[in-house]
Formats: sequence, C-alpha cells, structure tokens
Amino acid sequence: MGSLVIENVKKAFGPVEVLKGINLEVTDGEFVVFVGPSGCGKSTLLRVIAGLEDSTSGRVVIDGADVSATPPAKRGIAMVFQTYALYPHLTVKNNMGLGLKQAGTPAPEIDRRIGIASSMLSLEPYLERRPAELSGGQRQRVAIGRAVVREPKLFLFDEPLSNLDAALRVNTRLEIAQLHRRLKATMIYVTHDQVEAMTLADKIVVLNAGRIEQIGGPMELYNSPANEFVAGFIGSPKMNFIDGARLGETAKTIGVRPEHLTVDAKSGAWKGTVVHAEHLGADTNLYLDCEKAGLITVRIFGVYDAEPGATLYATPEPGKTYRFGADGKTIK
Amino acid sequence: MSLATRSLPRTIGAHAILLTYTVIALFPVILVIMNSFKSRAGIFGAPLTPPTPKTFDLIGYTTVIGQGDFIHYFQNSLVVTVASLFFVLLFGAMAAFALSEYRFRGNTLMGLYLALGIMIPIRLGTVAILQLMVASGLVNTLTALILVYTAQGLPLAVFILSEFMKQVSDDLKNAGRIDGLSEYTIFFRLVLPLVRPSMATVAVFTMIPIWNDLWFPLILAPSEETKTVTLGAQLFLGQFVTNWNAILAALSLAIMPVLILYVIFSRQLIRGITSGAVK
Repeated sequence: MGSLVIENVKKAFGPVEVLKGINLEVTDGEFVVFVGPSGCGKSTLLRVIAGLEDSTSGRVVIDGADVSATPPAKRGIAMVFQTYALYPHLTVKNNMGLGLKQAGTPAPEIDRRIGIASSMLSLEPYLERRPAELSGGQRQRVAIGRAVVREPKLFLFDEPLSNLDAALRVNTRLEIAQLHRRLKATMIYVTHDQVEAMTLADKIVVLNAGRIEQIGGPMELYNSPANEFVAGFIGSPKMNFIDGARLGETAKTIGVRPEHLTVDAKSGAWKGTVVHAEHLGADTNLYLDCEKAGLITVRIFGVYDAEPGATLYATPEPGKTYRFGADGKTIK
Repeated sequence: MSLATRSLPRTIGAHAILLTYTVIALFPVILVIMNSFKSRAGIFGAPLTPPTPKTFDLIGYTTVIGQGDFIHYFQNSLVVTVASLFFVLLFGAMAAFALSEYRFRGNTLMGLYLALGIMIPIRLGTVAILQLMVASGLVNTLTALILVYTAQGLPLAVFILSEFMKQVSDDLKNAGRIDGLSEYTIFFRLVLPLVRPSMATVAVFTMIPIWNDLWFPLILAPSEETKTVTLGAQLFLGQFVTNWNAILAALSLAIMPVLILYVIFSRQLIRGITSGAVK
C-alpha cells in the first residue's frame, strides 16, 4: 500500500532543465534515499512526487494511480521539511491534527492518532505548547508527528536533519530508522549527507545534474560503483582518483579508497611525502604527495604517528582498486 | 564606567543631536496645541508662551464643536481613511502574495506595472479622475475618495509587501498545501500573520497622507455632507478674517485619531511573531 513509480519525469524552469528524465520504482515499505550534491535536482524530484511542483513531462504513479494531476493533499503523502514548517499560531496538538481536520476526519479519530504519534515520539508533555516554546529537536519531532498522524502511503523527508546540531542529528536519525521499522511505511528521504544515506537507506538513488547515476543498496554502491561520480560521492574521505597513464594502466582513471591503502616506511608501490596528518583518534587521515600517483589520501585505522615531511610508501590492497574508462564508467 | 561600546562624550553628543531634532519636530505641533487653549488676544500677544490663567480660553473648541458639523467631518475623515486603509492592505497584500508566490508569464512586468504608481503622482490625473467620477455619478460621495485613495496607496503597498512576502518560508506554505489548506487559507492564516509588522509599516505610510489630504476632498467631495476635517477647517480661514482659535482647535483635534491609529500600528511594528515557525 505504498508503492511509487516515476516514469520519465522531466522538469524545466524556463530554459534550465533540472530533471532530465527520471525513471524510478519504489516498492511498498522501502526506505529510499535520494542523495547528490547541491543543485542535482533531488529536492525538485521530491517536490514533484509531493505535487508541490508540476513536472514538465512524465508520470508519477502512487499505488497504481496516476497522480500527476492530483493536488498534494489528495495524494496520500506526508512531508517533513528541513525548516520544520510548523504553524506558528497553533499548538503542537493542532499542528498535528490540522491535516486530518481539513480532510474531515472525526475528532475522536484525530485524538486517537495524535495520541499514538505523540507517545511514539515522546511528545505528550508538549501537546499544548506552541512551536516557539519548543527546542529545535522537539520541533522536528512535531513535524515528524504531523506526518505520522496522517497515516500516509508515502513519507517524504526533505533534508530533515540539516537544521539540527550534530548530537541531535544522530539521535533523530536513529528515531527515523526506528519509525520506519515500526510503521513499515514507504519513505523517501532527501539528503546531501552520504552518512545519512548509508545508515538509513534500503536503497540509495544517487543523482547528479538532473540524472540518476546509480540505484542500489548502500553496500552495493560502496563496493561496486557504476561510475566515477558515484565512486567519488559515496565514501568518506573521498576515493583517490589517479591518472591511469601515470601508472602505466590502460584505464583512463584508477580509483582507490583511502581505507584500502596501506602505508609502510620502508617499501611499497607509491613513494610519497606526508603533506598533512589528521588525527581523529579512531583513525588517522594522511595526505601524501606521491611521485607517481599525485596527492592521495590514506585512511589508517587507529593512531599512526607521521610528521609532515616524512617519507612513506603507500600500497593499494590487492583487488580493491577500481578502473574507470574515458566515459567515466567502471570497467568491470 | 567605561564599556567597550559606550563612552560618555559620545552618549551626550548623540542625545544632544536627537533631542534637538525632537524639539524641532515637535515645536509646531506643541505650538498649535498650546495656542488652541488660548484666547485670541493671548495668541497674538504672546504666541510662544503656554496658556496662563489669564489667557486660557476654550473658545476655539467651543466654536469648533458648536459648529455642529465638525463631528460629522471627523466621521467622514475616519470613514475615508479606515476604508481606504482596509482596501489598500487587503488588495496590496493579495497582489503582493500573487507576485511573490506564483510563477506566471509576465510576473516581473506586472510587478513593475503595479509599482509604477510610486513614481507618478496621482494628482496629475485629477482632471481625468474628476471626469470619471462625474460620469459615474460619484462626485460628492465618500466612495469617490475611498476609490482614489485606494489607488493612491496600492503601488507602495504592493512594492513593500511583495518584498516581505518573499521572505516567508516556502516550506510553511508547502506544509499547508500538503495538509489540504486552500490558497486563501494559506494567505490569510499562515502568511498574513507573519508579515504583520510590514503591514503595519505600510498602514502608517498610507494612512497619514490620506488623513491630511486637502486636494481630493476639495475637488471630488466638497459638499457639506462629505467634507473631511482638513477641508472643514478651511471654513475658519477667511480672506479678511481668520478665526485662529477655531483653526488651531480643529487641527489639535485632527491630530488625535491618527495618533491613536499610529499607536495601534506601531505596537505591531515591534511585535515579531515569526519565531518558532522556522528556524
């Protein structure tokens, strides 16, 4: 009861094409994350699904019904916004109940649903407060509660954690994951943060410049990226890209993840000097300027003492390098 | 005590400048109010002194109120000002919302067209307006004045309000759309309360020229029935004899209603209620 099909959706603002033909299928109960750099069209795609923007062409099908011409309120969706977007003049309770009231739901039913949602999100003590009297995290929980009470076919999240501080972000992320497990609802989540994407998603959709670059599970994207863009976008620190010709390879570009490099003071594949070292405790990031490979990042687990200027040898783990052709696609 | 942001000479200097300005700005008003409580001899004998027991006289006020129609003039002024204000704010805000919220062909052009009125004084069209009012039989009605003042106030209102409407969070409006609120409900219940301070600014800017206007009442509605206060006060200005007591009393009274409206609106200027809606 919550499937979504997007068929060849295009969206242009005047001459600027933001979505260049998107095809996507989401099955019932899936948690799908749209991820991509700023301006890649992920938020626009979410708005098209919500019905807040009309697509220039293409179809949006929710639960087998074409909703391309249906207003947002009738699509059976609920949306959580980055800026919470609570109604400032209404109490928490009325904020959550407004949508149902507009739809003509009987009052006892509204109360029942608010009761369930507020206990789920531990909002009971705040039901009579106004948004101005709540903290950021509480406001975002109210916004999520407002979505939950509607019992929608589709939950849409538009960067819901971007306005929260780091600690709260981790908590709220956890709550959203638990919510998905409890409700078993279909959720679509937009973020530019690949950590959120990796931790929450059943399926990640990587978008770039209005096109889908790859669709797949988090580990699938990490282990077998379809192209250079996905390889560079998923994983932190970013994958090292080395000009194939400098290494005497036939591929245009060779990619190695920083965590798939080992260093040694005596010998190794690529000789280089340490430019900078970041000590994070659990791991250490070294920036090496190599004669053959250029500037590369190496991630070492645990503490590793290396002074800038020291000479080190980096070696990629066997079988953990990626080869990309001139068109950017992965060579299998 | 020397704080980083304050020093005594600078504080004194700033206050001296501000106080001087206040005195200059208030001087004519105080002079008018002071002299309105004096006898004719008192006004001419010593115009700058406050009323003393000897010169104190309420003759001005009794003349004005005794004239009978003055209450009526006040009523006219108030009806015209409040009604025009209401329409300017209503239509101005609605136009501003449309311009800032919806993408449609000719949006920018329409915005420019609506703002054009700021640069062209409406009085240039007086003759045409008079002809129009004669043709539609609206001469000597308050409706004529309300229509003209609404037109006069709209350009600035649209211009200022559309800037402020752009700042209202899109997410909030979209949340309303998803909850099934109509565009009118979104406008009246979500957007208008958030732009209340700017509405108050526009109200003040619009109200004062309307209340003080002499031109259009004189041309469009000079009849006894429809006279406004400013026009009514002309009654006491004669070519040979001018009843200063009455004029000063009428002007003093005329300050009151605008002052009250101003106080109401300025409270809105200060109160911001946007907090809590978005981060």
